[in-house]
Amino acid sequence: MKQLQGCADMENSLELIAFFLLAGSLLTGALMVVTLKNLVNSVLSLIVVFFSLAGIFILLNADFLAAVQVLVYAGGVCIMLVFGVMLVQRKDMRESNPVNRRFLIAAPLTGALFLLIGLVAAKSPWVKEAGEVPENTIEHLAPILLRDYVIPFEAVAILLTVALTGVLLLVKEVKDNGRSS
Amino acid sequence: MAGALNPSYFVVLSAALFTIGIYGALSKKNAIAVLISIELMLGAVNINLVAFNKYFTPEAFSGQIFAIFVITVAAVEVGLGLALIIALCRRRNTTALDDLDWLKW
Repeated sequence: MKQLQGCADMENSLELIAFFLLAGSLLTGALMVVTLKNLVNSVLSLIVVFFSLAGIFILLNADFLAAVQVLVYAGGVCIMLVFGVMLVQRKDMRESNPVNRRFLIAAPLTGALFLLIGLVAAKSPWVKEAGEVPENTIEHLAPILLRDYVIPFEAVAILLTVALTGVLLLVKEVKDNGRSS
Repeated sequence: MAGALNPSYFVVLSAALFTIGIYGALSKKNAIAVLISIELMLGAVNINLVAFNKYFTPEAFSGQIFAIFVITVAAVEVGLGLALIIALCRRRNTTALDDLDWLKW
């Protein structure tokens, strides 16, 4: 019994260490995203943020979501953003991510918001862990996604198709107009 | 059980990420930087959804399902936003949000 308790404590402290490492890299990456001067460096530290986010998801027993996070965000979205930056920025890259005057309002506002949420989270009584998330989340996710949530699933599919078609039209149309004018 | 992780850790982490995202969205001049900050905010929301899924309804999976929808809509949003920014850059030759004021009168 005592050995079991020791095992559980060990696991808890390992989880805690993993959490703080992941949270540290997540917040460092996020701060670098909003503070770095070069926009390309910002996008690259965004990749760090997304990988740490996937680690947090694994820590929370959401392995399918972690895989989706790496595939969609770190793979797709970041490459798309790098392409966007390269297409849009033609001048000097070094000062491509400037800060406007409003950060004087934004910094205290967001600091106050963080303190407020932190206070509420620290003061509220959390119930103990209700149960374990089952292993192999994808086997449990599939019937829920395709039976209970099939209408939102199809709606999201239609949204994705329409939006990406719209993206193609948007980029193409402006290109033609830009040439003619 | 002092050492165990509880939901407040994840709530505080996601609050930190969310406020960093709000700060970026409010204080950046470049439209792509604002788009990136919005992505940070959506990631913070996903942390909350998955953490509450684990600690409160581990069998129902509703948090993870909603996180999947959030990821999908975020991908759509990035694609559409980038297309708008590229179109804007071709027409007006700027990506600074303060220059987009020709609806003002």
